[in-house]
Amino acid sequence: MAILITEQTRVIVQGMSGRIGSFHAADMIKYGTNVVGGVTPGRGGETHLGLPLFNTVREAVEATGAEASLVFVPPPFAADAIMEAADAGIKTAVCVTDGIPSQDMMKLKRFLRRYPAERKLRLIGPNCAGVISPGKGFMGIMPPHIYLAGRIGIIGRSGTLGYEAASQLKELGLGVSTSVGIGGDPINGSSFRDILALFESDPDTDAVMMIGEIGGPQEAEAAIYARDHMKKPVVAYIAGLSAPKGRKMGHAGAIVSAFGESAQEKVVLLEAAGITVAPNPSSMGETMARLLASRLMEAVA
Amino acid sequence: MDIHEYQAKEILARFGVPVPRGGLAYSPEQAGYRARELGGKAWVVKAQIHSGGRGAAGGVKLCRTPDEVQAFAGTLFGKQLVTKQTDAKGKGVYRVWVEAASEIAQELYLGFVLDRQSERIMIVASAHGGIEIEDLAESDPNSLRRMTIDPAVGLSEFQARELAFKLGLKGGQVAQMVATLRACYRAYRDLDAVMVEINPLVITGTGDLVALDAKMSFDTNALFRRPEIAELRDRSQEDPRESTAGDHGLSYVGLDGDIGCIINGAGLAMATMDMIKLAGGEPANFLDIGGGASPERVVRAFRTVLADGNVSVILVNIFAGINRCDWVAEGVVQAYREVGLTIPVVVRLAGTNVDEGRAIIAASGLPLISADTLAEAAAAAVTASTSRPRQAA
Repeated sequence: MAILITEQTRVIVQGMSGRIGSFHAADMIKYGTNVVGGVTPGRGGETHLGLPLFNTVREAVEATGAEASLVFVPPPFAADAIMEAADAGIKTAVCVTDGIPSQDMMKLKRFLRRYPAERKLRLIGPNCAGVISPGKGFMGIMPPHIYLAGRIGIIGRSGTLGYEAASQLKELGLGVSTSVGIGGDPINGSSFRDILALFESDPDTDAVMMIGEIGGPQEAEAAIYARDHMKKPVVAYIAGLSAPKGRKMGHAGAIVSAFGESAQEKVVLLEAAGITVAPNPSSMGETMARLLASRLMEAVA
Repeated sequence: MDIHEYQAKEILARFGVPVPRGGLAYSPEQAGYRARELGGKAWVVKAQIHSGGRGAAGGVKLCRTPDEVQAFAGTLFGKQLVTKQTDAKGKGVYRVWVEAASEIAQELYLGFVLDRQSERIMIVASAHGGIEIEDLAESDPNSLRRMTIDPAVGLSEFQARELAFKLGLKGGQVAQMVATLRACYRAYRDLDAVMVEINPLVITGTGDLVALDAKMSFDTNALFRRPEIAELRDRSQEDPRESTAGDHGLSYVGLDGDIGCIINGAGLAMATMDMIKLAGGEPANFLDIGGGASPERVVRAFRTVLADGNVSVILVNIFAGINRCDWVAEGVVQAYREVGLTIPVVVRLAGTNVDEGRAIIAASGLPLISADTLAEAAAAAVTASTSRPRQAA
């Protein structure tokens, strides 16, 4: 099963004919992702990377039955492109774009609420590395070869720190069911909590690695959700223990502005909710391995 | 992006927020002239820097004569004003705002921020303003009123009225408050702000509302469509290292340690800094080199990090996704030769084209220290750092 993307998921790429869109779409196809077409307004009817291009997402959905879209559209137009996907009936959109104005995101999130639950778009990102179900397919910009297929779910704000976690797991022989980058922006499509809920009900996921960072309320919210609603174990790491207060650390969302937003406070909140927190970023894999081993011992005993 | 108080007041006044009469001065003489021009018996002279806490730091004074205005302004110009919110170097004063003094009956707090929980613009208001919001949240949290605004509808009159009554306003003040709230909201929305703060918003002796101070901050991601805001950027208020790095597309934050960091991805950069601290060292900076790092960009990152004289070792940590380890390795080798490096460099590469990258480092013949993992890299950097590593707790 995995979540969000499998080998069956029909994927389109918005902005596929652009330089970056082309490069990554080609990578996705090579990996075996079921890419069925692309959308570039004004180039409908052409063929690109051996796939049909469409003028609108609606045309693409009607012609290909696409369910998911990867959005490679520049910041000024990205929120509009995501709304177009939502209106055309796309179920999952992954947006890699970094630099979308926060008011565009505010309007977009409000816009998505107009659709009933069964046809509502789930947005992953923006400003994220994407989603990969190893061995099945991916939508995004990650190097797919660093992931081993397996039964651990990964959720992270940062792309490269997610890679770090996946490679530590691989080093220990542990594989990944799906890895989801939720992005580093202050307003994002899906929160840690949203993705935890998906992993909790995924039969192919046994445990979840959650990689947070300073800023925002989402890790605290996720901690409470995990405590109250999850049976599967969660291992967390929070980046930014050494980050000074009030300074923006690269990600637009990585700034400590209120109580509960510093790395130290988040660690306290997570541990209080019974979540195992890796003490440092090089022990994310080990911490997961140890937790799984102790669970196994308990099950045997 | 922050702007000065006087600029925020000009913008808010344009949207209908009442502000005191005032004038800007670039010299003490001009400040004295502004006071005479404004007339009246008392003036407030305010240093214009991008920081709060100016009053406590001696950057604001009530003056009784134009000569006093000029004399006080004379002490401000060229001064580095250190406030609770700045670093130890403070911020330079190059502009001074002179304003007709207002009689104050009551001070309110009014702020508009992006609330990440509701993903909407939130108003935070209190009938007890005049102190920093952080202090207010501690000393008098029950006085804080919060209200979120639906982006599809905007701030409704009834919401604004409700807030005005909750703040204890009466009579004509209610209508003034409603107008002020709606004006601030429109300014926030129409100009892509991320923060509008009026603290204090005062009720004067005659019972009218006036914004005595104003702060606005803007979404840098939206500056492409707000050229009039982009023009207000004042580089004298920025850390020159950070602005220069930003000009070159590098995300840099200067810190106090001696281990220079060059990393791709904000999360990995923060994690690497954490690892350095745990190993007993101190990072000199946060630097995210971004995606698609060419050798030239790596060289630029080296120059940026080396501009900080405290740096005694550089740690390069790249987990390549869209980046390529071979390009980064070439950049490191090129930087070593071009910049004439004399300090140790620790390089950790992983991800796309890692073998090619490591081969380039090994074949270079340069004294680069290679590391395979994040932990090894941090430990090697701390060992190579000249400031003796403290014992890790």
